[in-house]
Amino acid sequence: MRRSFQASPNAYYREMDGEMIMGELLHTVTTMPAERRSGCPFDPPAELLDAHRHGPISHYTFPGGEPGWLITGYDLVRSVLADSRFSSRREFMLHPTIDYGDMKAPPAPPGEFLLMDEPQHSRYRKPLMGKFTVRRMRLLTERIEQITADHLDAMEAAGPSADLVTAFAKPIPAIVICELLGVPYQDRESFQEQVDSFMNGETSDEDLIAAYTATQNYLAELVAAKRANPTDDVLSDLVDSDLTDEELRGMALLLLAAGLDTTANMLSLGTFALLRNPEQLAALRADPALADRAVEELLRYLSVAKTFMRTALEDVEVGGRTIEAGSRVILSYNTANRDPERFTDPHALDLHRQGGGHLAFGHGIHQCLGQQLARVEMKVAFPALFNRFPALRLAVPPEEVALRPETADIYGVKSLPVTWEA
Amino acid sequence: MRVTVDAGRCVGSGMCVFTAGEVFDQDEDDGRAIVLRPEPPAGTRDAVRRAADLCPAGAIALSAPGTPVP
Repeated sequence: MRRSFQASPNAYYREMDGEMIMGELLHTVTTMPAERRSGCPFDPPAELLDAHRHGPISHYTFPGGEPGWLITGYDLVRSVLADSRFSSRREFMLHPTIDYGDMKAPPAPPGEFLLMDEPQHSRYRKPLMGKFTVRRMRLLTERIEQITADHLDAMEAAGPSADLVTAFAKPIPAIVICELLGVPYQDRESFQEQVDSFMNGETSDEDLIAAYTATQNYLAELVAAKRANPTDDVLSDLVDSDLTDEELRGMALLLLAAGLDTTANMLSLGTFALLRNPEQLAALRADPALADRAVEELLRYLSVAKTFMRTALEDVEVGGRTIEAGSRVILSYNTANRDPERFTDPHALDLHRQGGGHLAFGHGIHQCLGQQLARVEMKVAFPALFNRFPALRLAVPPEEVALRPETADIYGVKSLPVTWEA
Repeated sequence: MRVTVDAGRCVGSGMCVFTAGEVFDQDEDDGRAIVLRPEPPAGTRDAVRRAADLCPAGAIALSAPGTPVP
């Protein structure tokens, strides 16, 4: 079966047994949106919400003209993520907004298992599974409380205003993941700057390569140091296995990048969202037992890891459509987490919402390994911040808060000027 | 209700422990899910059903009580 696409109108035709059958009208999205609607920093871009109003699956046209799919419906995103007929391999991927012509992405480097399928993926995830369990992460609570208190002390001393990103949201998860993995304290800041530059979505290709190379070199030295002198941390534990230095470097890069940029953006964007929803913030303040549910709701509502891609390894039926072998599927987590068929009043931030089931950490075998750490960090940090500064508010009008561009893998604010002066 | 976990499928997300901690735990060494109470008490069954639904790897199976463990 072959299929041809007609640019406009959005009708699509199927050639079957030589007979043209006009298919059901299907919405087409021609490019991933570059930004969010002004005044709606927490909502998915209007174009994606609009696509979802037409249905949970749309055609997507890649910039080189390659046809693909965009999935915005909760059930369909979940089913694709759980289906091993869809691959995560980097070499199959296509940039959603940039046409690189015939240049193909190379396979993921050894150890970077987010962009691998089984059995390679398991080789790297399995030795890490015991390091990020619910119990182990909860045991870090006290240490995370201490790190949080230190940063709140420093904010208070330098106050009564601060950039919440640099004073609070970034350093807390950075210290936690660096301690967990075994990055020495004195290396943390330079390392974080390098990682920032390849996560912010605004770095030139040249600087990106330079930052990536510097990070790789640093991690190679770190792995060598752990081999020579093992310490009490995850990386040292892993050295005692059949994993090569190159593999360990890739695993460390993945874990650090995931640990540095994700929770940081949840903390700053989450604070912004709570300050813009004062009745929700008041509910959290009034009932500390609400913290667990509040964290889940912020994860759903903000979905900072917003888009992932899969490639069909064979023809797969999804939502009544055939995704042909080799076709790419863009999965919009943040739109799926606003699916009205799954979540009542989906665009409301409701910290009392029950039932969970959001896709903020993904689903399937690649579901976030560090999710229990992220939960503990947020459960500690949000209440501590609002308890320390009951008068916390934005120091600039909300429309002046600078947002990351949609090209960044992880959404968030660039800075969040706050003040707590009465 | 009887609960079983396919350890070979488990990816160590901890979702089951997070959702129904009275019934599930994780192995300290390899992080895989362990069933603490294969026949969960009445008060935990909704949470167990939710945990089975949320398991990212589809590793949790629920069956009628008394079903032989495969």
